[in-house]
Amino acid sequence: MAWAKENGGNNKAAELNYVDRSLDGPSHNFSLMPTPSKHTQYPYVTGSSVLGIKYKDGILLASDTAGCYGSTVRYKSVERLKRIGDNTILGASGEISDFQAITNLLDELITEDWMWDDGNKLGPFEIHNYLNRVMYNRRNKFDPLWNSLVLGGIKKGKKYLGMVSMIGVHFQDNHVATGFGNHLARPIFRDEWKEDMTLEEGVKLLEKCLLVLFYRDRSAINKFQMANVTEGGITITEPFALKVNWELEAFRNPTKGAEGSW
Amino acid sequence: MFRNQYDNDVTTWSPQGRLHQVEYAMEAVKQGSATVGLKNSDTYAILLALKRSTSELSAHQKKIIPLDSHVGMSIAGLTADARILSRYMRNECTNEHYAHDQPLPINRLVTRMGLKMQTSTQRYDRRPYGVGLLIAGFDSKGPHVYQTCPSANYFDCKAMSIGARSQSARTYLEKNLDKFANCTLNELVRHGLLALRECLPNDMELNSKNVSLAIVGKDHPFTVYDDQKVEQFLALITEAERKGKSSGPSEQDRVMETEP
Repeated sequence: MAWAKENGGNNKAAELNYVDRSLDGPSHNFSLMPTPSKHTQYPYVTGSSVLGIKYKDGILLASDTAGCYGSTVRYKSVERLKRIGDNTILGASGEISDFQAITNLLDELITEDWMWDDGNKLGPFEIHNYLNRVMYNRRNKFDPLWNSLVLGGIKKGKKYLGMVSMIGVHFQDNHVATGFGNHLARPIFRDEWKEDMTLEEGVKLLEKCLLVLFYRDRSAINKFQMANVTEGGITITEPFALKVNWELEAFRNPTKGAEGSW
Repeated sequence: MFRNQYDNDVTTWSPQGRLHQVEYAMEAVKQGSATVGLKNSDTYAILLALKRSTSELSAHQKKIIPLDSHVGMSIAGLTADARILSRYMRNECTNEHYAHDQPLPINRLVTRMGLKMQTSTQRYDRRPYGVGLLIAGFDSKGPHVYQTCPSANYFDCKAMSIGARSQSARTYLEKNLDKFANCTLNELVRHGLLALRECLPNDMELNSKNVSLAIVGKDHPFTVYDDQKVEQFLALITEAERKGKSSGPSEQDRVMETEP
């Protein structure tokens, strides 16, 4: 308002430099030709795959820590695995800012649940359903949250592992993956996952798949995190790297099976 | 208690620290016909109600309202107010199924009810809801029976009765309280019917027209039994036991109840 006082009140031009509209005018101008509504068209900073498996004591999630800006691997320390409450973990691929918005939303949900203070607690199944509703409703408005999410948790001994996509497709399974993980990791899971694996076996399986992703997914880097949820609580590891071997036969002559390609 | 200069609206305190309008609203509950609620320790919660009819021509007034497949309530007082509250509760229950795909825990439902009812005890343009509820439900923590009052207080009960002449039923329930935890369903219904018949007016007896029963429990969604369907449960008590006490409403029913 102080702007309007200077210059005898003729400061419209100055105001418009700082805000999109005059400070003491209406916030939206009525017009017979309204501005086009904006919908999310494409993501900007994206995360690559997330992997998840059930094992004997709970759920394991794994992802790398890269945030790509198109074809540039611009951010190398993006945490794509987050804890929700104390019995659920969430992993996301896709637009990182939308993931941050979702994390905020779920934190608010958990806080409100906690504030009732009545002995009830939302479990992974209920949180997943809430997330589904959010994703599907945004998709219906043609303004999706551009993520594929993996949600895992354990409540009263019952393990839960599920996935939601940006259009609201959701399902549960013993092992899930997003993005490239679907094509590269899940076939390995289908062959090698078994019921009631130990923690070591689970970690080994995930590390094998993370390595394949690093070799073959150009938006993956050799810096990973793993999240583990059991009845005892949630741990998310510090970033770690895996030993890579570029001397493998398949890398020596990459175009052997497809002459002319690179 | 009646008629003083502090009872004109609910936003006026009396010098004794009472809200008379709220207390008058609680009187409305005592005008409604009796209803009884009880539960055992782990599997069932039941509601029984005495239905009244205004004349021989009209049907008996419905007293038990299902809210969701795991919870329902019986009412005493202004039926119209009860309808509003039941609509709110049903909405809360379906929202929980939509957002979280779980049945709304009973204590959370009752807390939300309490919050909603409290607003009308603190606004000059509203009046308290003139209906008392007995809410019976079954959730992951077991069976529950809750009582709510127009004062917006709610109580978690092992057994309870509200409405006209309900003091006699409460006396019966208190006497037999220790037995309920281990009762089977039929034993529970039997106790409920014996408690309900204590509230009968002169020369009336329990029959399939005036008794309404509802059962909810493990593997048993909230089901209301009326008319024909309640006959099988009335068979649990003898002919003689169906008759009420011959005395009329006792003085103790008229004593105002103060909240703890």
